[in-house]
Amino acid sequence: MNSFEPKIIGFLCNWCSYAGADLAGVSRFQYSPNIRVIRVMCSTRISPNLVLEVFKSGADGVIVGGCHIGDCHYMTGNYYTDKRMKLTKELVELAGIEPERLALEWISASEGEKFARVVTEFVDRIRHLGPIPTKNDQKLMKRLEAAAEASKLFRLRLLSGKELRLTGKGNVYGEMIEAEKMDEILDSAVNDEYDRSLILELTKNNALSVKELASEIGKSAEATLGHVATLRARNLLSICSIDGFTPRYKAIRLGGA
Amino acid sequence: MATTTIGSVMVVGGGISGVQTALDLADSGFKVYLVEKRASIGGTMAQLDKTFPTNDCSMCIMAPKLVAAGRHHNIELITNTDLEEIDGVPGDFRVTLKQKTFRVDKSKCTGCGVCAEKCPVETSDEYNEGMRKRKAIFVMYPQAVPLVYCIDRKACIGCGVCAEECRAKAVVYDKPDEALEIRVGAIILSPGFDEFDARIKKEYGYGVYRNVVTSIEFERMLSATGPYFGVVMRPSDGEIPKKVAFIQCVGSRDEKVGNPYCSSVCCMYAIKEAIIAGEHTKGLEPHIFFMDVRAVGKEFEDYRERAEKEYGVKMHRGTRVASVEEDPVTKNLFVRYGGNDQIETEEFDLVVLSVGMRPAADAEKLSRRLDFKLNKYGFCETDIYDPLCTSRSGIFVSGSFASPKDIPTTVAEASGAAAKAGSLLSDARNTLVTVKEYPVEIDVSGQEPRVGVFVCHCGINIGGVVKVPSVVEYARTLSGVVYAEENLYTCSADTQERIKETIKKHNLNRVVVASCTPRTHEPLFQNTIRESGLNPYLFEMANIRDQCSWIHMHEEEKATKKSKDLVRMAVAKARLLEPLKKSQLPVNHSALVIGGGLSGMIAALDVASQGFDVHIVERTSRLGGNLAKLHHKEGSREPKVFMDELIDIIRGYPNITVHLDTNITDVTGFVGNFKVKITDGEVEVGAIIVATGAVGYEPTEYLYGQDDRVMTSLELEEKLSRREFKGKTVVMIQCVGSRNEKVPYCSRICCSTAMMNAIELKKQHPTSEVYVFHRDIRTYGFREDLYREAGQLGVNFIRIPEASMPQLESSEGRLKIIARDVVLNEDLVIWPDTVVLSVGVRPNKDNEELAKMLKVPLSKDRYFLEAHMKLRPVDFATEGIFLAGMAHWPKFVDEAIAQASGAAARAVTIISKDTLDTEGIIAAVNEDICDGCGICEPVCEYKAIQIVKISDSQEKLKAIVNEGLCKGCGACVAGCPSGAMEQKGYKTSQVIAMIDTALERGDS
Repeated sequence: MNSFEPKIIGFLCNWCSYAGADLAGVSRFQYSPNIRVIRVMCSTRISPNLVLEVFKSGADGVIVGGCHIGDCHYMTGNYYTDKRMKLTKELVELAGIEPERLALEWISASEGEKFARVVTEFVDRIRHLGPIPTKNDQKLMKRLEAAAEASKLFRLRLLSGKELRLTGKGNVYGEMIEAEKMDEILDSAVNDEYDRSLILELTKNNALSVKELASEIGKSAEATLGHVATLRARNLLSICSIDGFTPRYKAIRLGGA
Repeated sequence: MATTTIGSVMVVGGGISGVQTALDLADSGFKVYLVEKRASIGGTMAQLDKTFPTNDCSMCIMAPKLVAAGRHHNIELITNTDLEEIDGVPGDFRVTLKQKTFRVDKSKCTGCGVCAEKCPVETSDEYNEGMRKRKAIFVMYPQAVPLVYCIDRKACIGCGVCAEECRAKAVVYDKPDEALEIRVGAIILSPGFDEFDARIKKEYGYGVYRNVVTSIEFERMLSATGPYFGVVMRPSDGEIPKKVAFIQCVGSRDEKVGNPYCSSVCCMYAIKEAIIAGEHTKGLEPHIFFMDVRAVGKEFEDYRERAEKEYGVKMHRGTRVASVEEDPVTKNLFVRYGGNDQIETEEFDLVVLSVGMRPAADAEKLSRRLDFKLNKYGFCETDIYDPLCTSRSGIFVSGSFASPKDIPTTVAEASGAAAKAGSLLSDARNTLVTVKEYPVEIDVSGQEPRVGVFVCHCGINIGGVVKVPSVVEYARTLSGVVYAEENLYTCSADTQERIKETIKKHNLNRVVVASCTPRTHEPLFQNTIRESGLNPYLFEMANIRDQCSWIHMHEEEKATKKSKDLVRMAVAKARLLEPLKKSQLPVNHSALVIGGGLSGMIAALDVASQGFDVHIVERTSRLGGNLAKLHHKEGSREPKVFMDELIDIIRGYPNITVHLDTNITDVTGFVGNFKVKITDGEVEVGAIIVATGAVGYEPTEYLYGQDDRVMTSLELEEKLSRREFKGKTVVMIQCVGSRNEKVPYCSRICCSTAMMNAIELKKQHPTSEVYVFHRDIRTYGFREDLYREAGQLGVNFIRIPEASMPQLESSEGRLKIIARDVVLNEDLVIWPDTVVLSVGVRPNKDNEELAKMLKVPLSKDRYFLEAHMKLRPVDFATEGIFLAGMAHWPKFVDEAIAQASGAAARAVTIISKDTLDTEGIIAAVNEDICDGCGICEPVCEYKAIQIVKISDSQEKLKAIVNEGLCKGCGACVAGCPSGAMEQKGYKTSQVIAMIDTALERGDS
């Protein structure tokens, strides 16, 4: 059990957390060797999809590091990071991965010690959680795939991209949308789109009925039928056979013969 | 009455009723404002899947009318708008409207739909009864008119993406609501009805049990454009239901919920839904639970019969459903119903509640603002003799706003309301309509083809898939093409100007647009090129959106190649296009009405009062027809009183000529120019209205004619009116001569007539015993009140089996009736002193003869057959001939009046014009080749072809095409053995050119 060595990916922003990591090195603060750092100019670059891709590739945890709120080199980049990571966490959780495996940390260029501590604690946490059985767990892979697909959707990216403006500066009508209301909107959009992506994932190779899909995605048959209706309207799903009185669906393969 | 009469009309409500009224008025010289509270016109009919009894696709038959209304030069659509107040007098009203903002600039929106695709907010889709989601920026349905997107402010979160994505820059978030003030001469109300809220009937579990749905939801479930794409499924789990129960009279014939009336349409739509559902799902078992099946319309009874016999629809006659319970595990439903004297329970997969019609939710507000009366049920109040008039002069009504009714009745009324407004405003006809002026046509004969090609991006609809620049590049290489360009939107107003300039600059003589479908956009572009002097037929379209980019969204290369092929084909045809001429035929401004009964008189009056001459030809020696036989007072006065008034008015009308004791002997000519030979001469008219009525059945059964104590219902009515009837024990037998093997149809009016007789009898002799033997009581609409009243007065109703009529014997001088009572399940014996036979209605015997002269068809029951049973109820397929009253089908006084007014309005759309345009695309004969073989003549549905001698001196024959009658279908062209017949605009050479170019290898 203790032979498990977590594989951690760290996305660090160039100006703060990456510099903090450098400082940890300069200061020779020791920390676990499990992290592989990918430098980005700003943490805002980290789209939910990147994080999900990391999990799909077999990582056990992801740390996203950015400047403290207010310190962003690009003024407001990390506000977006904050919102995006919230959405990402939801998707990670929906995919069946413990949300604690994704950490968002604000680490300044002068916080070398904090960086070392964060990494060590995070590695411990992951060690405790154990490995993600992505390689062997088909079901989990499908769920991750679905979350990754959902994260690429224009709808979710738009909503999370606009969240700050809508709740902070106001919408096109000059009104402010309450944070709670916005959360509710995003939440339901994330949940719906994840379920829909999962339905498409599940029906890629198998023809499934609404009832079967419902039990796979853990939702009521009625709600599942609603998603099926939407996917059919988007031309992504079609009835491939009707067994007696049960229609079965398959995802439409796009891109032609 | 106003000092100045305003030549415009406001129609409130844009369902099928409002659309028909608007078209009829606009086609007879009036400006129309069509006001609709929702964002698009179409109303309830736009939500329906199929229509009874022809099972036509509702949208398919309705869409052309919507498009016609949307494009009509003299109809202004004002949607998303409420009526606030009115002021003024008949002939000159001032109406204030409030138009809720679309937040989209209508003049810029091209309807491309990118905004809705990008909008991140999903909300419930009302058009699909909440069973599917739509976006916060939306059109109600794909074929919506006007096709303008609208922001649902309640759902919109104001994220701004639609404005960012809209290439046409049409989104304007802060566009305010607008107040409009419009002056009109008359107002027509057709705001329709609301569905009964099935939640009120708690015992059926609607809103609690997911597999209990309403009939309108089921309609969407059946529809290919619905939430389940035409596969009927259970909302709880997506399984296809096997056993489906339809529960009738939900919110109808129900005093407890305040709707004692019958909603008239539910029996038929439930039968239709059961049939269609069965067509969707093999092995489906539909059950219908009903009290009486009210299949009273044309060919309805036939439809019901087929539902049972051919489609296996199980009819639970005489039942009322007590409750519906759900199995919490399977979500199946247990229907508990009371049939005869016991309660039974049956399990179903899905339950459909046939919800009735309620007055429109804003009926009361409207009645207050416009100051007209509602009846006791909240529908618009009308009088039986004035079914299209509200209580306020100058404001008319049509459709289900006045009473629950089906689509054909509504459409007939809609035309009728147009006649009423036309009569009021006839002085102002043609004062506010505009006629479009076009420049002189450029003569292109002898010119080499110079084709201009315009390729549309349609925002990103086409451009996102098809490489438009490469299509343009390719178009430039095609023979005959001298110019090609791409447009962001070829249909936008600024591009129209560009096309016109380009035609001039490059001297174009043919134009090809590669964009969307010609079905919606060809008229727009044809108009544009006509404005620049080109004949509109020098135009061709390539549909590279609906039939290319939209269906090959992920195949850019192949879609681009296909677009090039389509453009190449269009150009190939364009090179061969020739200008087509529409000739103009003069119109005779008068009408002939055949038949001087109620319908004939009303039709004549409604044409004459609009300022046109009318001839009434009546074969008997008096006016009045069957109306003279009616005595029961309904509405404001006795039928006799009304009839005498009507005859006086007709007699006093200077422009009505009545020909009594006169027959029609021959009819020649065509729309606008008929010549009709009558007994004492000939009349020339522009339109003909057939109102020849029908006759009562003369019974041979039940000792009629042998025993004085046996009489028909009309004879009883007569005796009662003279207070001469003395019977104490009276038996009425329904369906004598109707709904049997020989005459399968229901005569519609006999049940209500029996009720009126029974009520009058009970009032005159409260102690008398009255028994009514019936299979169903078909007192539809508000006439259900009569049934209820008769029951309250103590009339006994005995339901007999479908297939066995009562037996009557005369035994030792006494009459003896033996009949089976299905409720008690035993034989009943009654010794009446009078037996009344409710006899059916029969078509006139000589309908065949008249039909032949007019070249119009009869239905299988030998009534006259209209052009389309649903949407053209008073037209014949032959243009210029119309239909009203019992010649069409048995009907009540109010229905006949409305239909007669409708026929008048339709006739006026023709005779109010100075000239009629013929079609451009018509058949033409090459006389050098034609050998007069005559094969084409019977092929023509419109009787447009005649075989005549080449000249008086020569025996050789040839075919000639009557341009006034030809509709340009091409049937004769395909039928012609010699190749002499050609179809203009679709010449064989033109079609071959497209085929050849389609099949040559594209050089992409």
